[in-house]
Amino acid sequence: MNDLESTKAKSKDKASFEKEDYKYGFHDAEQFIFKAERGLTEEIVRNISKIKNEPQWMTDFRVESYRIFLEKPMPNWGDVKGLNSIDFESIYYYLKPTGGQERSWDDVPEDIKNTFEKLGIPEAEQKFLGGVTAQYESEVVYHSIREDLEKLGVIFTDMDTALREHSDIVKKYFSTIIPPSDNKFAALNSAVWSGGSFIYVPPDTDVAIPLQAYFRINAKNMGQFERTLIITDKNSKVHYIEGCTAPTYSTDSLHSAVVELIAMEGSTIRYSTIQNWSNNVYNLVTKRAVAYENARVEWVDGNIGSKVTMKYPAVYLKGRGAHGEVLSIAYAGKGQHQDAGAKIVHAAPDTTSSILSKSLTKDGGQSTYRGLIKVYKDSINSKSSVKCDALMLDNKSTSLTLPYMEIEEERGVRVQHEATVSKVDDDMLFFMTSRGISEDDAKGMVINGFIEPFTRELPMEYAVELNRLIQLEMQGAIG
Amino acid sequence: MTNETLLLDIENLHAQYVNPHNQNEKINILNGINLKIYKGKKHAIMGPNGSGKSTLSSVIMGHPHYQITQGDIRYYNQQTSKMESITGLLPHERAKKGIFMSFQNPVSVPGLPVTQFLRASLQNIRGKDITVKDFRKELKSNMEALQMNPDLMKRYLNEGFSGGEKKRMEILQLSLLQPRIAILDEIDSGLDIDALRQVSEGINRLVDNERAFILITHYKRLLDYIAPDSVHIIAEGKIIKEGGPELVDILESTGYEEIVKEAKLAS
Repeated sequence: MNDLESTKAKSKDKASFEKEDYKYGFHDAEQFIFKAERGLTEEIVRNISKIKNEPQWMTDFRVESYRIFLEKPMPNWGDVKGLNSIDFESIYYYLKPTGGQERSWDDVPEDIKNTFEKLGIPEAEQKFLGGVTAQYESEVVYHSIREDLEKLGVIFTDMDTALREHSDIVKKYFSTIIPPSDNKFAALNSAVWSGGSFIYVPPDTDVAIPLQAYFRINAKNMGQFERTLIITDKNSKVHYIEGCTAPTYSTDSLHSAVVELIAMEGSTIRYSTIQNWSNNVYNLVTKRAVAYENARVEWVDGNIGSKVTMKYPAVYLKGRGAHGEVLSIAYAGKGQHQDAGAKIVHAAPDTTSSILSKSLTKDGGQSTYRGLIKVYKDSINSKSSVKCDALMLDNKSTSLTLPYMEIEEERGVRVQHEATVSKVDDDMLFFMTSRGISEDDAKGMVINGFIEPFTRELPMEYAVELNRLIQLEMQGAIG
Repeated sequence: MTNETLLLDIENLHAQYVNPHNQNEKINILNGINLKIYKGKKHAIMGPNGSGKSTLSSVIMGHPHYQITQGDIRYYNQQTSKMESITGLLPHERAKKGIFMSFQNPVSVPGLPVTQFLRASLQNIRGKDITVKDFRKELKSNMEALQMNPDLMKRYLNEGFSGGEKKRMEILQLSLLQPRIAILDEIDSGLDIDALRQVSEGINRLVDNERAFILITHYKRLLDYIAPDSVHIIAEGKIIKEGGPELVDILESTGYEEIVKEAKLAS
């Protein structure tokens, strides 16, 4: 809380752009030096657009979004208390210190450094995750992958570059899935977005390797207000991975991203996220996908960190035979609230969906599953199954399941919901410890088993790291 | 029995169950157990439902829901050749000292691969790393001896196992871990005749001059396969009668009620 107080005090010193000297360097030819201030005004929004040299339509879009942001009320559900405690005036909306301005390693909290050590993360990567350096992945790797993709006709770049170099595609699809009016935080992101990924996969193209944000870290994907847009053309396929299991230290108290996915006929998008923000961050993310005929969209979503997360990846099944899937885990430890879930909208016949949500709570943490299955009239033969499993590690923690269903069609429609709540009980631990395994290790095994349906969907290195992280959490070795 | 080596000495053991949700709710279950377990011997503990048989094994292993209020459990320390109290040790520490307990209802852990659990257990008990290759080899021979379906190893710990498969898993762990004392808590329950025979054979293969067994059972039929050296009858949290294998037959003909009555009269 002290940090927040002091930033508030500083923010009163409302110097304008020339006062503070945080540098922001784009990785491309243009080098901007831009000085930030806290808080948000229309002028700042216009300046963001101006400095990025954006086309007029984007400037107008930002300004309009800013107006919507001001008008939109705060959501009156989820973590209301947490939401209302966000001080919008104390936030840097652009060119934050973690950008070009490098933080000193000494500023990174000890507990986070210890976790890096225990996870065995290479030093260069530690510095990136700690916000000390803006990049760590070798340029060579990045370039060779980019060349392979270019040969396939795949566009994989940061959003700012996409707007400059592929403005026709961006203009056609940008904000078509999540309009600024969707919610207050989508409006905020639309006004001040920066960074994020843009991917376009041409028809009949299977991108065999998962595209990872790691490879283009130098393009600043891990911003506060990143904006991601992925389009798979007919019968193409891509897997995108963002985030990482290791704690990501941020001095920013608000992370509010918007992610839009468009899966054309017969195409497949899998979007995997592991979020482990430091526990001062409000992580309020809007993620939505549209799946056309026989397309498939899968959200694999892991929320480990942050103070409050509110995130409900959605899939709109708009074409016959489309399939949507959300697989998520949430871990809520001391002082954390994970309010996560999923939303699937069946808007065409023969569409199918499945949701598997796993939540873990410990030390008074709170997790909420909030989900909606909507079946529109005439979406005959739609099938959906929802499964929510909660595992509580002690009696102080809470877990809530809020499944909503709106079913307008009956013909051939089947919607199933199943929820379980369990505890790591003493008898289970007694059994395992009686075989020579310490209690902490036994707990870790139970938990890793519980999240196994999630981890088995992750690439190996992520799965291993996630399991190690959970093991450390159990030993109370973190934070 | 005087020239035999004492392995476990339970003396005037009083223990109560403490409700984990309400620490004030306590129920006395063991009311002064005296029991001596000798190296190389098979001890049968018999008694009616609710007599404290299972509690006794849980207390020896260190279940957190039981509290010892009086008495002691002492265990032979090979290094010092002395009997030392184990009541201050956690369950996994007792396991590392060579105490094993099989469960009436082994728990299942969804998502935890059987092989991962077994290898972790073995490495902890032996106090050293075991390569995957060596582990597989050892596992395979032990499973074959117990006529276990190799596909069980592709599953999660006890998840979806039949009653018989779970019991075999317990005996598999017993044979892998090679404890000095094995407490088998109603290992015969829920087994059909064939399974009982296979499980008993598995146990008998482990019988030697070093290892002690505590066989907890209601029924004679297990003891037809595994002949006990001594029999201890427990009722109302006390050992009320001790003797040789002949006690099993007496019990079978008279029933518990009669023996409990006799013991009460005698005291």
